[in-house]
Amino acid sequence: MAAMATMVAAGCGGVWCRARQRCARWPGPGSRPFLRAQRAVVCNARGGAVSAGKSGLAPWIPVVGLEIHAQISSNSKLFSGSRVQFAAPPNSLVSFFDASLPGTLPVLNRRCVEAAVMTALALNCRINKKSLFDRKHYFYADLPAGYQITQQRVPIAVNGSLSYSLCIDNKMSQMVTKTVRIKQIQLEQDSGKSLHDDTRSQTFVDLNRAGVGLMELVMEPDMCCGEEAAAAVRELQLILQTLGSSQAVMAEGQLRVDANVSVHHPGEPYGVRTEVKNINSIRFLAKAVDYEIQRQIQELGNGGTILNETRAFDSKLGCTVPMRDKEGKQDYRFMPEPNLPPLILYDAKSLPANMNHQQVINIDWIHERLPDLPSVKREKLVEQYGILPEHSFTLLSEDGLAEFFESVVKQTQMKPKKVIGWILNDLLSYLKQHSLTVKESPVSSFLLADLLNLLEKKEISSTAAKRVLAELWKGEGKTPLETVKEHKLELLQDQKELEQICQAVIDGQENEVMAIKAGNRKVLNKLIGLVQKKTQGRSNPVLVKQLLEKKLSE
Amino acid sequence: MRVLSLGRWLRAGLVLPGGPASRHSGDRHSGHRPQAPPQGPAQQKVSVEVLEHLEQLALVDFRDSEGVERLQKAIQFADQLHEVNTDGVEPMDSVLEDRCLYLREDDVTEGNCTKELLENARETVEEYFVAPPGNIPLVKLEEQKTYLQGSK
Repeated sequence: MAAMATMVAAGCGGVWCRARQRCARWPGPGSRPFLRAQRAVVCNARGGAVSAGKSGLAPWIPVVGLEIHAQISSNSKLFSGSRVQFAAPPNSLVSFFDASLPGTLPVLNRRCVEAAVMTALALNCRINKKSLFDRKHYFYADLPAGYQITQQRVPIAVNGSLSYSLCIDNKMSQMVTKTVRIKQIQLEQDSGKSLHDDTRSQTFVDLNRAGVGLMELVMEPDMCCGEEAAAAVRELQLILQTLGSSQAVMAEGQLRVDANVSVHHPGEPYGVRTEVKNINSIRFLAKAVDYEIQRQIQELGNGGTILNETRAFDSKLGCTVPMRDKEGKQDYRFMPEPNLPPLILYDAKSLPANMNHQQVINIDWIHERLPDLPSVKREKLVEQYGILPEHSFTLLSEDGLAEFFESVVKQTQMKPKKVIGWILNDLLSYLKQHSLTVKESPVSSFLLADLLNLLEKKEISSTAAKRVLAELWKGEGKTPLETVKEHKLELLQDQKELEQICQAVIDGQENEVMAIKAGNRKVLNKLIGLVQKKTQGRSNPVLVKQLLEKKLSE
Repeated sequence: MRVLSLGRWLRAGLVLPGGPASRHSGDRHSGHRPQAPPQGPAQQKVSVEVLEHLEQLALVDFRDSEGVERLQKAIQFADQLHEVNTDGVEPMDSVLEDRCLYLREDDVTEGNCTKELLENARETVEEYFVAPPGNIPLVKLEEQKTYLQGSK
C-alpha cells in the first residue's frame, strides 16, 4: 500500500485506492480474497494503468466504453402520435402502429430529429446531412413488430467528443479535464416493458414505452475506471438537461447506460470484453465498472479466460452476474427500413428555396439557438464572481443552486467569494441533510441575503449568523433581524461595557495573565473565549482581542 | 440495379464459386428461363446448423426435406442476380429514395384505445398482454419427426 501511495501523483489513483478498500468488504462471489495486493492497479492522468506491484507482474490496462440510451423529451413518440409519459395505465399510450398492427406505417416526429441535432451539436459531432433508417430484427414479447427501427448504416451524427472534469484524490482542490470520443449518435425506437411473473411462468407486456424516441450515444473505449465513467455520464446528463433534449433521469429510465469492460497488458491487443447491463444510477455505474475490472483481472490472473458475454449488475451484492437467456451471438439481420426515405438535414447554405418551412430542419438555425452548455456556464461563473472552479462545479451539480447563488449576490453587499462559502458549506449541507432540493429550501435567497447583510454590517458575529440561519431553517417566517432581536444575538456596540467585561476576565484569570505576559500568546485565546461566554457570543472576537492585548500591555 | 445479398452465413453452408463464370450486363427478357447457374458441379447442401440458425432467426419451419429443397432452389434462383455487373453502382434500397421524408409535428393525436388493442389478444390480465416467459427454445431440427421422415 505504501508503494501505491507514492505512485499516486494524479488521475484517479486515489479513488482507486479507496475503491479497493471498499471492495475488500464486499461479499464477492466465491471464497477467495477479492483483492491481490501485488496486482494493485492505478489509473494515472494519462489514462492508462500502472502497476504498483512489488512482485513486478505485468500491469493491466482497463478499457471502458459506454453505450448510452437517452429517452428524447417530446410530447409524442418517434414514429407515431401516442403520448410519451412515465407511469400511465398499462397500454393506454399505445397507437395501432406501436402495437404493430398490420397496415400501419411510421411517420417521423420532427421534434425528435431536432433533439438529436441539438445533442450532436453540443457534443461537437459531424452531422450527416443524409442519414438512413434500418430494421434490427429479434424476437421478444415487448417488441411487437419483431424488429426495431434504428440507424445502423448511416446514423444522424458521428465523431464527437464529451469533455468532463474529474477531481483528483476526492479533495475538490484539483480538477482535471478529460475527453471521451463519441463514435456516433443515432435515433431509434424504445421497446415496451416486460414484467416477469416467474411463479406462473408468464410475462406481462405493457407497450406504453414501445416506440418512444431514443438517442443512442456510442462512446469510444477511452475511459479506464468507474470514476471516469461516472463523471462522463454525469456531465452528459447535465448537458442533456440543459439542452432539454432529454430529462435524463436514470431512476425513471430516461437515461440507460451499458458498460463494455475489458483489460489487457500494455502493448497487447484489447482483451475480450463483457457487457454490463442493469445499471440504475451513476453511483452503481462506478461500482459495476470497478467490480468488473477487478473480476477480469482476478480471473485472468488465475489463468482463466473472459467470455464475451452479457452480465447484469446486482446492486445488492455489488457484483456482476452472467445474464440468462443469451444464446450465443445475436444475428440481427439488419435491412434498410423500406417505409422511410433518407432523412435530409439542411444548413444555411443548402436550404431549399421553396420548401414548406415545417418540413425543413436547418442545422445552423438550431446551432444559433443552443443554450450555454454547463462548461461554458461554469467558466462564466468563475470569471464573473471570482470563485474557484471547484465551487462552480458544485454550483452546477445541484439544480437551481447557481441561480440561488447569483440571486443572493445581487441582493447583498458581501463579496461573492464570501457568499459562496455560505451557499456551499451552510445552505447546501442543510439541504442535503433534509433531502431537499434548492427549490424546496425554507430559506429563500432574499432571507439569506438579508442575513448576510447583517453580518457584513458587523451587527452580528459570524457565530451568531450561523445560529440565525439555523432558526430561519425552521421556516417560521421570521426575518433575520427579528430572529436576532428575539435571541439577543446582536453584537455589543457599547465599547465601555465590553472593556469592563474584558477587565473582569483579566482580573479573574491571574495564572493565564502571567502566562501571557511571560510570552505564551496562545493562552490569549482562552481569555477571548471567556469574554465570549460572558457576552453570550455577542462580542466581536477581533475587537475583544485588541482590547485584551491593550489592557495586558498596560 | 438492386443486388440482393443473402448474407454471409448462407455462403458458409452453401459454397459458391468466387465469381460467376459469365458476367454480362444486358437485357433480360421477362420470360427468360435461367440456364444452369454458374456454380460448382456439385451442389452443396445447406447444412443442418444453418437451417437451425435460420429457423431460430426467422421462426420459419422447414418441416421436411421437401421444404429444404425448395429453399435450395430459391437460393439458386436468386443467385442469378450475380450475373449483373454492379461495379461502381450505388445500391438502392427503396424506390422512395428521392422522396422527402415527411416530418410530423410533435402533437399527441393517438392512443387511449386500450380496449380495442386488447380485443385480439388471446390472454390478458388487468390490461396487460400476457406472453410466455422469455424466448422459448425451439426443438432442434434433427429431433423433429417430420424432418427425419422427409429426409429418407
